[in-house]
Amino acid sequence: MISLKEVRHIAALARLNIAKKEEEKLGKDLSAVLDYIEKLKKVDVSETKETSHPLASQLSIKNVFRKDESAESSQNLVGLAPETKDNYVKVKSILK
Amino acid sequence: MILTDLTIAQAHQGLKKREFSAVELCRAHLDSIKNKNKEIFAFLAVREDSTLNEAKKADDLIASGKDVPMLAGIPVAIKDNILVEGMKCTAASKILENYVAPYDSTVVKKLKKQGAVILGKTNLDEFAMGSSTENSWFGPTRNPHDATRVPGGSSGGSAAAVAANMALGALGSDTGGSVRQPASFCGVVGLKPTYGAVSRYGLMAFASSLDQIGPITKTVEDAKIIFEAIKGKDPLDSTSVESEISNFNPPAGGQIPNLRIGVPKEYFMKGIDPEVEKIIKQAIKKYEKAGAKIVEVSLPHAEYALPAYYIISPSEASANLARYDGIKYGFSKQEKSLLDVYLKSRGEGFGAEVRRRIMLGTYALSSGYYEAYYKRAQKVRTKIIEDFNNAFKKVDMIFTPTSPILPFKIGEKIDNPLAMYLVDIYTVSINLAGLPALSLPCGKVGNLPVGLQIIGKPFEENKIFETGKVFQTI
Repeated sequence: MISLKEVRHIAALARLNIAKKEEEKLGKDLSAVLDYIEKLKKVDVSETKETSHPLASQLSIKNVFRKDESAESSQNLVGLAPETKDNYVKVKSILK
Repeated sequence: MILTDLTIAQAHQGLKKREFSAVELCRAHLDSIKNKNKEIFAFLAVREDSTLNEAKKADDLIASGKDVPMLAGIPVAIKDNILVEGMKCTAASKILENYVAPYDSTVVKKLKKQGAVILGKTNLDEFAMGSSTENSWFGPTRNPHDATRVPGGSSGGSAAAVAANMALGALGSDTGGSVRQPASFCGVVGLKPTYGAVSRYGLMAFASSLDQIGPITKTVEDAKIIFEAIKGKDPLDSTSVESEISNFNPPAGGQIPNLRIGVPKEYFMKGIDPEVEKIIKQAIKKYEKAGAKIVEVSLPHAEYALPAYYIISPSEASANLARYDGIKYGFSKQEKSLLDVYLKSRGEGFGAEVRRRIMLGTYALSSGYYEAYYKRAQKVRTKIIEDFNNAFKKVDMIFTPTSPILPFKIGEKIDNPLAMYLVDIYTVSINLAGLPALSLPCGKVGNLPVGLQIIGKPFEENKIFETGKVFQTI
């Protein structure tokens, strides 16, 4: 069972504001799913490697790089931000 | 002739023979949307004027006597987590309610290049997280076969649009079954291509090691037409590959001797609706009568696919959805401090299920839990892939139900996340293994459709198509 303290800690890490009255239900839901996931402990994976790309063993997987150049004007992207200044995205100051 | 009853292949022939115009074809679908969308709510947005303009262009092309691409003048619908330039792309989320796509996704670019006409954007579970399309900020889509039931999800809008003759075809996205399961629930065809077969540039990322875009259509032939149009390597998605799709020549007369079909015993054990099981077994019997060899196979780790998926996909989602921060685009709560902008924009912008999955993923990746959850799940993923590799040594295809149950009532599972997750039990393993799989309508219980899932080896989409087409002739 996930405690309320843990729910608040994870919410803070995830940058999610959770209403007080929701914390308990969320904790319960997460606990139910985590209990179900406990099943995975029954699998012997002591000799098994992790998979992050499902076809890694069949394709020749390698990192792909490109030049750091913009293909389109940045203006229509910057324009989507709620606050901008001189074609920059504006954020609140974090240094006092 | 009722234009909205046609398949893509039939409509293409009709356009070429000038039996009707693309404008007439598209207008018929716009009218159908007007009549039905209020009840079904498959579409979130429809672009009437540009639809008819694009249709007019297709008519001009046909009139010019040049080669007519398969999709020229064909009206299609796009799931609202795939970008169409100049149209809103909401992911059915409050956080993107007013977001307008600044560019076309690669799949949409490819459809447009063939002259396809984009009718509009379809409803989904918020950020494709769900199995019923009930998790949409704008409200649920209804199943055209029974409006009290869900169309499946998360591509429920796309599947319902095709099933209700509001579009000739549609695109969905499939992370754990989100194309196949709604196709099954709505009685249409849905393909989840091999991981990397289709570019995901311009698809809103959910779980990047699992996501694929796929077609939803009325027939297998139509699914192939759309798949052919959208597949291929794209420099803008470095996980995409130029697949050497193997050619598979269908034997004449609908006979399929020598085809070895594997049926995993683990998929018929518990939790399956006996009526669904009966129809799936009848479908398999039909293939056997047509000459296929039915082989029982074992996927011993099948029961661990769902728990592994519910670690891997929320973990990747929690990272991917960090971009929705109230700073760059989307819903933004103006607060005094930067931290409060993040907390409140995300807290208010995301719905309950998305918050749950972000929390679950953040937990699984957090310090002290990473090894026990994420790393272990990735190791179990290896086991699941090995199971499929072993099975495919003995068989060419694997047949399973797409869903263990029939379309359920709206509201039935929405308050119980785990019960909702269990609906995906037969589809998530395919994403974990990166395999292609198709859901094919194979019968009904009352008026509720049942889908057969045909799973193939990587990049053997053509073999799946040919095997699926055979069903219509046997």
